[in-house]
Amino acid sequence: MKSEVMPPAGGSRPDAGRSAAELPGAVEPLPETEPPVPLGGPWPDRPPSDRPYVSRAGLRARRRWARGSLVALLLLLSVPFVFPTWWMATSSLKPMSEILQAVPTIWPQDPTFEAYGQVFALQPFAQQYWNSLYIAAAVTLGTMLVAAMAGYAFARIRFPGANALFVLVLAGLLVPSEVTIVPLFRIVNSLGLIDTHWPLVVIPVLGAPAVLAVFIMRQFFLALPGELEEAGRMDGLGRWGIFWRIALPLSRSALGAVAIFTFLKSWNLYLEPIVYLSSKENFTLPQALTQYVDAYGGPMWNVQLAATTLTVLPVLAVFLVAQRQFVQGLAHTGLKG
Amino acid sequence: MAAASETMPETTRRTTRRTARRTVPVSRAVRRDWAVGYTMVAPVVLGALAFVVLPLGMVVWYSLHEWNVLAGTFTFAGAANYERLLADPGLADSLLASLWFSIGLVVLNISLALLLAVLLDQKLPGTTTFRTFFFSPVVVSLVAWTIVWSFLLQADGGINGFLTQFGLEGPNWLRHETTAMLSVIVVQVFKNVGLNMILFLAALQGVPVELQEAARLDGAGAWRRFRSITLPMISPTILLVSIITIVGSLEVFAQIDVLTGGGPGNSTTVLVYYLYQQAFRFNEFGYASAIAVLLFVIVLVLTLVQWQSRKRWVFHEV
Repeated sequence: MKSEVMPPAGGSRPDAGRSAAELPGAVEPLPETEPPVPLGGPWPDRPPSDRPYVSRAGLRARRRWARGSLVALLLLLSVPFVFPTWWMATSSLKPMSEILQAVPTIWPQDPTFEAYGQVFALQPFAQQYWNSLYIAAAVTLGTMLVAAMAGYAFARIRFPGANALFVLVLAGLLVPSEVTIVPLFRIVNSLGLIDTHWPLVVIPVLGAPAVLAVFIMRQFFLALPGELEEAGRMDGLGRWGIFWRIALPLSRSALGAVAIFTFLKSWNLYLEPIVYLSSKENFTLPQALTQYVDAYGGPMWNVQLAATTLTVLPVLAVFLVAQRQFVQGLAHTGLKG
Repeated sequence: MAAASETMPETTRRTTRRTARRTVPVSRAVRRDWAVGYTMVAPVVLGALAFVVLPLGMVVWYSLHEWNVLAGTFTFAGAANYERLLADPGLADSLLASLWFSIGLVVLNISLALLLAVLLDQKLPGTTTFRTFFFSPVVVSLVAWTIVWSFLLQADGGINGFLTQFGLEGPNWLRHETTAMLSVIVVQVFKNVGLNMILFLAALQGVPVELQEAARLDGAGAWRRFRSITLPMISPTILLVSIITIVGSLEVFAQIDVLTGGGPGNSTTVLVYYLYQQAFRFNEFGYASAIAVLLFVIVLVLTLVQWQSRKRWVFHEV
């Protein structure tokens, strides 16, 4: 359980080689504030303790109580994290009248899939779903390739100007995409690419959003043992061969991290789609979700929640199946990025 | 290039030196290696030039112009947009909104993330499940999460319905000046705190167990051990997380647009939202560019200040 959040790959950290049992997770829980009192009372030659004598059974009971209250605290804290998703899914099955009821019903009294039908009737939702999916897939694959190449070159190849170029790329981290949205809009517009998906794919793969990915890949390749490359060179591989056949397959964990956070970032993109896209068939999901409003501009809650459920549940399901990879991958990203 | 190679990481230098010794026709092989290097970094370098450096230059250039999109005029105006910025009460409002949002978010996010991480670091039953719970909003799409919360926070929504069970009457959360900002902050905290929690959890597990043991033998209590050992040891992660969170907090947009639309009044019109309104609602591209330059300067200064201050409070470097 403790070892699920691994220290980042690379072995540069002092604790890299330690086993799970030695990690500080194995330290006793918080409430122990005193040195253990031996069974049968203090030894005669011990300085008298001003702490009351606690039997081992008493200690155990105290510890059990402390643990119980900590678990209760965790349960309470998890409510705002779990409840909204559950509330969303159940409310999407309620008719509008039940949603507007003053006292909310915890479980739909009269479940109906009517709202789900409307999701597809009011907007080309399937098309929008596909848009989001393929854009995210293209951005993820593109970023993985571009960032792996750049990260490898910056880490392992010594060429003139490498550091200057790396600093240039890294500067992208300092420029929020909102700062450049007006000129980028003008550029996209002058290229005639407004209301196409090009800017949503090309800019994230090559622009500022890819910088973190480059940085993660570089950190990973820096830690790669040089002996592996030597071996590849002995076998007659050139630079590209070493990259493709040795470095890239070894970088699966870092690539996984890059893939996960790039996918999530693209899936969440909101400002850029509403700036670049204008027709409903081209909309992406985050943008489409806000469009379910009635004639007066009021939200159609049940339809909106049904659409939201359709957006959230697949990703959530993938996460629940592969959560180890997700969490490790992102922990890895954060520590090294 | 001498300066560059000196700052190069140790591992790289070692490998390349070894390479240079073994390959026989040195110059040609090395030059071929350079070519591969340039090819591999070309996409991101060109991307950085085209999509970061060029637009950054353009936004500065635009900010010096009076730009009427409808009339098609684009005239040099010097510092006029910046003078207008200084006198604009809307900008003052949005700076204040951004400030409140950042402070609230950073304080709540980091303390909650640290609390959750410390709790999950104990040997408790079900920590894996709890970790999944706390982390799950991170993978939920941002707008979806925000829409669900706007449903919960509306005047007759789930939260007020829950409060009526206890005889309390909740406010219309998103329509009151004080509660609107608080709502946006809380929604954002629950969305992303899981990520910071994971980062802290990884850091906590990297604290050497010997130090904890030694302190325990010296009679240090749990709080004392946390304050004097754990906290200094994980300070690099705290620095990293606070930089990410502060810079991220300045970029909040979707939540504002979905939850409050900048209202009520201007109470949640943060800087980025103001920029968006000026550019894409009022077609004030020149003025919006001046706001963008201001945003860039703020992000730059904040990052540099935090980076410089790391020596004061970061115990060791990552």
